[in-house]
Amino acid sequence: METAYFVETIIKIVVILLIFSALAGIGTYFERKVLAFMQRRLGPVNVGPFGLLQVAADGIKLFTKEDIVPTNVVGRIFKIAPVITAATAFMAAAAIPFLPSFTIFGYEVHPIVADINIGILYILGIMGVGLYGPLLGGMASANKFSLLSAARGAAIFISYEVITGLSILAPVMMVGSLSLIDFNEYQAGGITDWILWSQPVAFVLFWIAAFAETGRTPFHLIANDHEIIDGFGTEYSGMRWGLFFIGEYANMFFISFVMALIFLGGYGDGSFLGALGLLGKVAFFFFFFLWTRAAWPDVRPDQLMWLCWKVLMPIAMINIVITAIVMM
Amino acid sequence: MHNEHVQEHFNNRNVTEIDSNYYMVDIAPYPTDGWGKFKRVLKRALRGELFVGLWVVLREMIRFDIHTVKYPEEKMPIGPRYRAVHEMKRLWESDTERCIGCGLCEKICISNCIRIDTKLDENSRKEVSEYSINLGRCIFCGYCAEVCPELAITHGGEYENASDQREHFLTFGDMLTPLDQMKAGTQVEFEGFGAITPHEDERVKKTPLAY
Ligand code: SF4
Ligand code: SF4
Repeated sequence: METAYFVETIIKIVVILLIFSALAGIGTYFERKVLAFMQRRLGPVNVGPFGLLQVAADGIKLFTKEDIVPTNVVGRIFKIAPVITAATAFMAAAAIPFLPSFTIFGYEVHPIVADINIGILYILGIMGVGLYGPLLGGMASANKFSLLSAARGAAIFISYEVITGLSILAPVMMVGSLSLIDFNEYQAGGITDWILWSQPVAFVLFWIAAFAETGRTPFHLIANDHEIIDGFGTEYSGMRWGLFFIGEYANMFFISFVMALIFLGGYGDGSFLGALGLLGKVAFFFFFFLWTRAAWPDVRPDQLMWLCWKVLMPIAMINIVITAIVMM
Repeated sequence: MHNEHVQEHFNNRNVTEIDSNYYMVDIAPYPTDGWGKFKRVLKRALRGELFVGLWVVLREMIRFDIHTVKYPEEKMPIGPRYRAVHEMKRLWESDTERCIGCGLCEKICISNCIRIDTKLDENSRKEVSEYSINLGRCIFCGYCAEVCPELAITHGGEYENASDQREHFLTFGDMLTPLDQMKAGTQVEFEGFGAITPHEDERVKKTPLAY
């Protein structure tokens, strides 16, 4: 039994790593295509059918590029920083149930690496640790722009951790558990049971914070395009830079899963349809990340802070208080 | 009369009167106190401007009105006055080259990239023996085409001149209109810089040849 569990876990980890590394690549493809269509362009078309192999071409390019560690950088930290981003993104995936449990060859598989009872806390914590990737990378780069962007990123990350935590507190109070599976069971009764209907404010707040957590466009201040400099990643090249990228896209997928599981009923009753439903919801959230990137401008860091501390945090607090009163 | 009108236009910089499509953007006064700023935020948040943006890009995506030009397969039309790689024209009457070897193009070229050498041919007429343009140096200013008294050297429409070396030479033979093209009568006159204007014939006055 112990060995079986061990082997099963290893297989699950490998599968998740492979699938989401590949998805991160395909995510970039979809991002380019969607952005292109929204801007009346065609996007990648030349490599493979519909440009699908563009991802492979990019991968080959990233892997075979010279790995430059510039002079004056703090070597060890510079090298470890991208690994932190990618690793924490995947570590967070350990507590996410990607599909309902299913039976294969008479063996029941739970598509979650570890159903720990503090799942959400763990996910948020690990995603918070992911901040150290950009932060250390920027600080070790011996580049002013990297440093500035790292500082900006850190400030925003820390602020929005507050929103994420507070907004999710109200649903947690209702469900009475921190495990995502329990969240799913709570909403298993169908669309009317979704926490979205009872906690719309928390949902919107969490959604907004998710953009800050993943550093996506309205809050894309970590790598600031306005400076025409890629923020903390300026000095990185080749696969080290690629790791930052994989981390970012994996994070987008995982946070989409978390949102779908907490607020939109997850995989529902665990049937095949429910599983498809979960993937559909995740796809929508992912698409929304791309959509906003095409439509919305970035906000200034001070506006972002203002929004966080003066608007969103009071709303989150009020939401918690009201939830508590209603529950009593 | 014509010039006066131009002058008038030039001095009047008030675009609204010239072209009524221009209008002043309505800029609301900037709020100074906290309450004003709060009201503005509320107004902007509740008016759903963010959703208007989302809708606009989604609409464009659904319409799928793609404007991409797939460059190597499709090309944008270029103007007849486009100044790209040079061409040497031939005379329509005799199919001989127009260039008389005067050397003015070499002289005027501001980036010094034309090299011309001439000799006397068997009829004791001047003939171009060597002619090359270093396209790596040429800035496509068009002076050579403008100065040429014979309308011999002109610009063409060929702009794909990437090369694997900086010195990319074009020789007389490369630029000369091929004879079969001459036979087919498809040599295209250059309309730009230095070319004669379309109705030049009508404007030319006959010069009397004798008293
Ligand atoms: S276009 Fe200008 S630079 Fe080029 S050959 Fe003619 S005169 Fe020289
Ligand atoms: S191309 Fe024109 S300017 Fe140049 S040598 Fe010939 S006739 Fe003279």
